[in-house]
Amino acid sequence: MTPLSPAPSPPDGPGAEADRAVAAILEATLHGAERGTVVDSPPGAGKSTLVVRAARELVGAGERLMIVAQTNSQVDDLVDRLATAAPELSVGRLHGSDAAPDPAALRHPNVLASTKAGDLLGQSVVVSTAAKWQWVQQVEPWRHAIVDEAYQMRSDALLAVARLFERALFVGDPGQLDPFTIVGTEQWAGLSYDPSSSAVVTLLAHNPRIVPHRLPVSWRLPATAAPLVSAAFYPYAPFRAGTGPGDRLLRMRAAGDGSAVDRVIDIAAESGWGLLELPARHTVRTDPEAVRAVARIVRRLLDRRGSCSSERGESALTADRIAVGTAHRDQAAAVRAALTGLGVPVGGAEGVTVDTANRLQGREYDVTVVLHPLSGRPDATAFHLETGRLCVLTSRHRHACIVVARAGIAELLDEHPSTEPLRLGVTVKFPDGWEANHAVLAHLSEHRAVTRGRAG
Amino acid sequence: MSLLATLARLEAVRSGRAEPLATVLHRHLAERPMVVVPLAAAGETGAPLAVMLGRDRERPRLLTVPQPLDRERRFAFLADLADELLPYLESFGEAVEVLTRETKDSATGEKTEVSRELCLDAPQLIVPNRGGVELLGLLGRSTRFRRTAEDPDPGPYPAPARVPLLGRWLTHLRERAQVPGSSLLLAATDLLGRHWATGQSTLEDQHLGALLAWIDPPAGLTGAEAALRAETGRDARGQLLCPPAGPATDPLFDSGLLAPAIIRYDAARQPAGPGGPPPAGQREQLLARERDIDALLESVLTPVWDQLWQSLELLRRLPPAAHLPDRWTGDRWSYTAHRDRLAAGEPPQPVRDDAVTAARKLAQREREQTTVGVQEALDDPLAMAEHRLAGEALAGVVTGVEPAYDTSGRTPRPRPLVTVRTADRPHAEPGTELHRAGGPSSQRAELVSVGEPRGSVTVRLVSGMGRKKEPEPGSVPEVGEHVCFTLFELTARQSAPLPEPEDTPWTHGGPPGPHPSAAAPALQEEADR
Repeated sequence: MTPLSPAPSPPDGPGAEADRAVAAILEATLHGAERGTVVDSPPGAGKSTLVVRAARELVGAGERLMIVAQTNSQVDDLVDRLATAAPELSVGRLHGSDAAPDPAALRHPNVLASTKAGDLLGQSVVVSTAAKWQWVQQVEPWRHAIVDEAYQMRSDALLAVARLFERALFVGDPGQLDPFTIVGTEQWAGLSYDPSSSAVVTLLAHNPRIVPHRLPVSWRLPATAAPLVSAAFYPYAPFRAGTGPGDRLLRMRAAGDGSAVDRVIDIAAESGWGLLELPARHTVRTDPEAVRAVARIVRRLLDRRGSCSSERGESALTADRIAVGTAHRDQAAAVRAALTGLGVPVGGAEGVTVDTANRLQGREYDVTVVLHPLSGRPDATAFHLETGRLCVLTSRHRHACIVVARAGIAELLDEHPSTEPLRLGVTVKFPDGWEANHAVLAHLSEHRAVTRGRAG
Repeated sequence: MSLLATLARLEAVRSGRAEPLATVLHRHLAERPMVVVPLAAAGETGAPLAVMLGRDRERPRLLTVPQPLDRERRFAFLADLADELLPYLESFGEAVEVLTRETKDSATGEKTEVSRELCLDAPQLIVPNRGGVELLGLLGRSTRFRRTAEDPDPGPYPAPARVPLLGRWLTHLRERAQVPGSSLLLAATDLLGRHWATGQSTLEDQHLGALLAWIDPPAGLTGAEAALRAETGRDARGQLLCPPAGPATDPLFDSGLLAPAIIRYDAARQPAGPGGPPPAGQREQLLARERDIDALLESVLTPVWDQLWQSLELLRRLPPAAHLPDRWTGDRWSYTAHRDRLAAGEPPQPVRDDAVTAARKLAQREREQTTVGVQEALDDPLAMAEHRLAGEALAGVVTGVEPAYDTSGRTPRPRPLVTVRTADRPHAEPGTELHRAGGPSSQRAELVSVGEPRGSVTVRLVSGMGRKKEPEPGSVPEVGEHVCFTLFELTARQSAPLPEPEDTPWTHGGPPGPHPSAAAPALQEEADR
C-alpha cells in the first residue's frame, strides 16, 4: 500500500495517524456489514488519494467499480490521478455529448472515453458525474461505487443513481458548501429524504448504523492555517496539519515598496494570513476598489517573484499556483477583467484561477487571494453568511491566504444575527456562519494592513 | 434582487411613484378569475373567520364564521365555501381537446397511438397575498382527510359531504402555486411586485394597500406618503383606514370591534335558564348579532376586495407576454391531471411526499424556474436588460458581417463573424458559447472578442445556418439588424429519470409504506404509541 503521507513518520505522527484511519476505511468498504461507508474529510486531507487507493484495492479484490463525482472537472481530475497512479487499472470516462473530457485526462493509454456506458463495461473503473450517471439505463448494477464530494451531491441525485450499485463508499468534506437549489424547498424541510439536502445526510438518516470515518490530517493546509480552519469550521471533528511550523516557507525575492498591498503580502508570507482592509463603505457587488486591490495583490505577488518551499521542494510562485476566490460570478468576472488589465495571465493551464467558492471546491493552490463575501455589504444574508462559503475560500492554500475586505464587517455581523428559522427534524449545523465569520475575522485582524484609498 | 431592480427602487424613491419592471404582463390572467379574500381568526392557526369571493366586482359573496371556535359553524362555513368554489373549479372539466401522440414501445418497436384529454381552460384564483395562498393550503390540509356521513365509518363528527373534496382542490391549487410561473392560484402582491418596483422594501411590498399606494397613488400624494397612510392611517374610532389584506386582521379591530360583537353573539345563544325553553325572539336576536358580525367583517373586507380588482385593472393595462399561452397550457395539464385523479377515485394527497415524489416535484420546479426566467427575458426587453446588466447577455445593432468557414471537415461550413455595436459587457471569456435570442431558429455562437473595437462585441455563429456551404437565407443577421445573444441556454434542460416510488433505493429508506403518513417514520412511531 502506498502511504498517504508524503514521508515516513513516527508512530504517533500525522502520517501514521492518517494511515490507521485509511486502513479502517478500506476494511469497512470491502468487508463492512453496512452497504455504505462514509468518510468525512477536512480540506486537503488526502481525499483524492484515498479514492485512488480504494479503487485499487477494490479492483485488486476482483470487483468492478463505478465512481460518481459532481462536476466534469472533478471527474477529469480523478481520471487523470487514477490513470497516473494506477497504470494497471483500465479506466472508463463516461461523458455527456456536449461536455468533451479534458485532454489531460485522456492522454493515458489506459483511459477510454465514451458517451455510452455500454462501451465502457469492460473497464475496471468507470468514472462520471452524478448528472451523467442518472441517465445510464439498462446496465447490470456495479457491486461497488465510490461517491466523491458526496456532501456536494444532492439527495435527489443519489436517489436517481443508487440503483446502479450495491455498496458504496461516500467521501466528502462536510464543511464545504451545501448543495443548493434555485427554488424554495421549505415543504420538505425536516424530511429525512429532503431532495435538496446532501446525499450523505439522507444516507445517514436512513442507515443509522453507519458511523462516519474521519481523515484526521490535512496535508494541504499549512501549520499556520489548520488550527484556525479546524477550530472555526470543524469544532467537533478537529484535525491537524501534516506539516510542522517552518516546513512551508513563502519568500518574496524582491523587497516591498512600502505600499499597503506589499505590506499585506509580507504579512501573509510571514504568518500565512493577511487582511487588506479598505475603508468602510457600502458598495455594489463588484466594488471597483476592492477588485482593483485584489488584482494588485496578484500582480505584486508575481512581480516580487515569490518562491515557495515545502516538503515537495522549492518552486517559484507562478500564476497557475495562485487563485482568487469570490462569492459571486460577476465579482469573479470583474477580477478577471482587472487582472487582464494589469497584464496578468488569467485562466487556462498557466494563468491565475479566478472563480467562485462553488467552483473552487476541491482545488488546491499555493497562495489564494479572497474577496471577502461580506465586504461592502449593507446586510448579511444567509447566502453571504454560509459557513461553507467562507470555509472553501479560506482553505484552498498551501502557503498563504490574503483576504481583501472593507472595514466594518464585525459591526455588520453584530447587526445581523442569524435569523434563519429552526425547523423540526433538520440537524442544526455548528458552527453557524455568523460564528465562523467572527472567528475567522478575529484571527485575520491580527494580520492586517490598512489602506486609506486607492489600493497600492 | 438584481442590480436593475435595485436601481428601479432607487428611482421610485426619487420619483415618488413605482417604476415599471416589465413592459408586458408575465402571468396569465383569466378573463373572469375567481377573486378570493380569506380571513383567519386570531389565536388558532388556520381557523377561518371569513371570506369574500366572487367573479363579479359588483357582487361579492360574503361568508363568515360568527364564532370561530365553534366547529359546527366552521364546517358550515366550509360547506358554504365548497358550494361557492366547487362548481367553479369543476366547470372547466367538461370542455376538452383530445391530443394524440404516437409512441413506440421500446421493447417491441411497435407503434401505438395514445390519446389524452386536455381541458381547454382552467380555473384561476386570485388572493391578496402569500398569506392568503398559505391559508388556502392550510384549509386544504385540514379538510381533505375529513370523513363525511357518506363514509362507511363516518366517526362521531362527520364533515359535510363536499368539504373533503374542497380540501383536495385547495391542496392541489396550493401545490401548483409552488411551481414557478404557474397561474392557477396567484397572490396579487406577487403579481404587482413582478411588474413594478416600489420605493420600499420587498417585505413592505407584502402589504397590498401600501404596494398599490406606490403604483397608483391618489392625486396629490407621493407613493411614500400614500403608503404610509395605507399602513398607519386610522379613523376617529382608531380603526385602520386601509385594513390589512388578510389573512390576519388588525389587532385593534379584533379587540375593539370583533371580540365584543362575538361576545354579544355568544350571549344571544345562551338559553335563558337551564332546561327552560328559549325565550321568545331569541332566534331573531341571534340573527341580528350574526348580521352585526357580518357587517363588521364586510367593512374590513370590502376595501381589500376593491384593491384586488384595482390590481387586476392595473395589470390588464399591460399587453400579455408572448409565452403566456405556453405556460398556461402547463396549468391546464395540471388541472386536467387533478380532475383525472378525482375521477379515478384516488385517495387524497398524502400528508407528506414520499422520496421520489419530492424529488420529482423539485426537479419540475427547478425546470420551470429556469423556463420562466428565460421566457420572461425573451418576452420583455426590460427583463432581458436585467441579464444584460448582469453580464449574462448582450444586445445591439449589427455593424459588420464577415463570411468565414470551418474547413476542418470534408465540406466547408459557414462560421460567419458578426460584430455588434453594444455597450454591454458580457462576463465571459472568448470561446464561451452564446445563444441567439429572437433569431429565426435556435442558433449558437461563440464569443470572439469584447471591446475590440471599442463599444462592440464580435461573435462567431456556429450553428443554425443549414447544411450547405453558404448559410440559409435569413439565418445570418444583416448589418443594421438588432440582435441579442445570451450566455444562458434558452431552454431548460430535461430532468433525469427517477425510479418509481416502489423502487426507492436503500439509501432513501426503501419503498414507502402503505399508510399515507408512513413516509415520515418519526410521525408513524408517534401514531403507533
